Amino acid sequence: MDDAGVAHDDGSPSPPVYELRLYLAGHSPKSVRAVENLRRTCEQYLPGRYRIELVDLLENPQLARGDEIIAVPTLVRKLPEPVRQIIGDLSDTEKLLVGLQLRGAGGEQ
Amino acid sequence: MAATIHPPGTATTTRTALAKAPTGIRGFDELTGGGLPHGRATLVTGGPGSCKTLFGLEFLVRGALEFDEPGVLLAFEESAADLTENVASLGFDLAGLEADGRLVVDAVRIDASEIVTTGDFDLDGLFIRLASAVQSVGARRVVLDTIEVLFGALGDEAIVRNEFTRLLRWLKDHGLTTVITGERGREGQLTRYGIEEYASDCVLVLDHRMHEEIATRRLRVVKYRGSVHGTNEYPFLVTDRGLRVWPITSTALTYAVSTERVSLGVPQLDGMLGGGVHRGSTVLITGTAGTGKTTLAASAVDAACARGESALFVSFEEAPAQIVRNLRSVGIDLGRWVDAGLLRLWGERATAFGLEAHLSRIERLLDETEPTIAVLDAVGSLSNVGAESEVTSAVVREVDMMKSRGITGILTSLSHDAQRESSSVAVSSVVDTWLLLRNVESDGERNRLLFVMKSRGTAHSNQVREFLLTDHGAELLDVTVGARGVLTGSARLAQAAEERAAAADRSAELERRRVALARRTAEVDAEVAALRAQLATESAELERLAAEESRGASTRAADRERLARRRERGSDDVPPTAREG
Repeated sequence: MDDAGVAHDDGSPSPPVYELRLYLAGHSPKSVRAVENLRRTCEQYLPGRYRIELVDLLENPQLARGDEIIAVPTLVRKLPEPVRQIIGDLSDTEKLLVGLQLRGAGGEQ
Repeated sequence: MAATIHPPGTATTTRTALAKAPTGIRGFDELTGGGLPHGRATLVTGGPGSCKTLFGLEFLVRGALEFDEPGVLLAFEESAADLTENVASLGFDLAGLEADGRLVVDAVRIDASEIVTTGDFDLDGLFIRLASAVQSVGARRVVLDTIEVLFGALGDEAIVRNEFTRLLRWLKDHGLTTVITGERGREGQLTRYGIEEYASDCVLVLDHRMHEEIATRRLRVVKYRGSVHGTNEYPFLVTDRGLRVWPITSTALTYAVSTERVSLGVPQLDGMLGGGVHRGSTVLITGTAGTGKTTLAASAVDAACARGESALFVSFEEAPAQIVRNLRSVGIDLGRWVDAGLLRLWGERATAFGLEAHLSRIERLLDETEPTIAVLDAVGSLSNVGAESEVTSAVVREVDMMKSRGITGILTSLSHDAQRESSSVAVSSVVDTWLLLRNVESDGERNRLLFVMKSRGTAHSNQVREFLLTDHGAELLDVTVGARGVLTGSARLAQAAEERAAAADRSAELERRRVALARRTAEVDAEVAALRAQLATESAELERLAAEESRGASTRAADRERLARRRERGSDDVPPTAREG
């Protein structure tokens, strides 16, 4: 099913696809910043292997319960597992990378 | 035209009292004069296991069930399934209430290890969840349990504080009566993150501590803006009917009173009390060990059951079977009333539970049995459970429980010192009738005396009576007052014998005197007869003499005539005597 981590012919691990969901509440400056920051970081570090879904809780309040959302903006990394939550406008790229586990708490992957 | 101008915000607030939302928690609403501040937030804080969550849940459940106020629970610590299960034992059906659309339980799972924060955020997610839950059931009540979890999980305390303030304002704006639970902080801090400064309307502290090996839960109203409230710590406990707070000060003296008299089962005692005690009044029987307190109480129960009334007999000293057996030896058969369903016998050691658990059990027994008379034997046993002042207040509450239900209450209490007219529990001021049983020792025996120390609203006897336990129940006897004071037992019998002997002596003397008098009467009669006889003799003599005299006189007259006639014929001037002289 999930081919993440399966070895390719050349021996290098297949890079997993990131499924990301960003919860927002309307079009506040925070929301706009969060979307911009997320797009930029993904383009830079996950080119071609990410999917972003935007959820506006003002339109779909019932969705907050499913992913245990209390704060906005909240980015949920659905895949690869485990599920991670990154809260905030994602302005700190280093922290975002740590949150997405694209980078260890120490430095480069 | 000229409408009255009000300063802003005061036009409609003509009411002076703060509106309150009743919690339905037994005892708590009395304590706070109606419940929690309506439309405002109340902080309930306490250590682990202090029942904060339960307080909030009962507030919601009772609100939904009894006050038609649906509620929302945002639970940050426990899952909905856990919560539902935990409170099922208290008779709260969370799932049922949710299905009825009267309650929403939203368990918010926050796992700090899964969360990273980066940059600015707000808690609109939570607000939106809460708003949609409130909207879905038309909630009037909200419980946030325990919101402090947010401070730990989200890291950025400044933002969380700010958002928390916004949340409280939002709740207030929507007129939601809210309970926020908080974990007690250390060293005098009411909460770990100091959120008490935001919940400025009402703060409750729950506490769970050990005192002399007995766990006691306590509740204190630290703050209640705009409302009078009791400032003491009030014991509370978790019963299978929810929480029960025991306010002392809320006990209002507003009982219905009866003028009907009920018998205590000992006719002579009823006589001393002017026909028995008032129905619904409370009787205290004190006495030293073995003075017959239990038997006297049982007599009253026996009499009530014989009238067809239901009764409750709670013993803290004996098992029910033992009570029945022991009372049978004095001719009181309680077993038949138990069989007839009129009497409930309940025995438990007072030390088995804390005082509040004890009170709760008594309350439950009274509610279930609905007796017209209840015996608590012996309230002094509670001294093992709590400090004296606590025991006294517990007994006062028992008295109130019985009075408010119109139950005639009989409390027995052991007094250790026979000379002191007090019981081990200083409750004599709250009872209506106080009977004191005392052993008196004399002539190698102990005998029981009964005094009526007081009886409100009754012209009661000031006499002491001897209290006997016979094989046909309790009996009172008039005591004998002899030269050495009150006599009882064999001294009374001896005195009676002496009195009988003295009386016999007195009657013998009387008889003797009567005989002597009769004899004397006879003597006098005889003397009178003799005198009369003598008188008759003398009288006869006198008559004889008189007769003789009259005969003599006529003789002399005849002689003189004869002499005269002779003179006329002879010499008249020479009397015969001169001639002779």
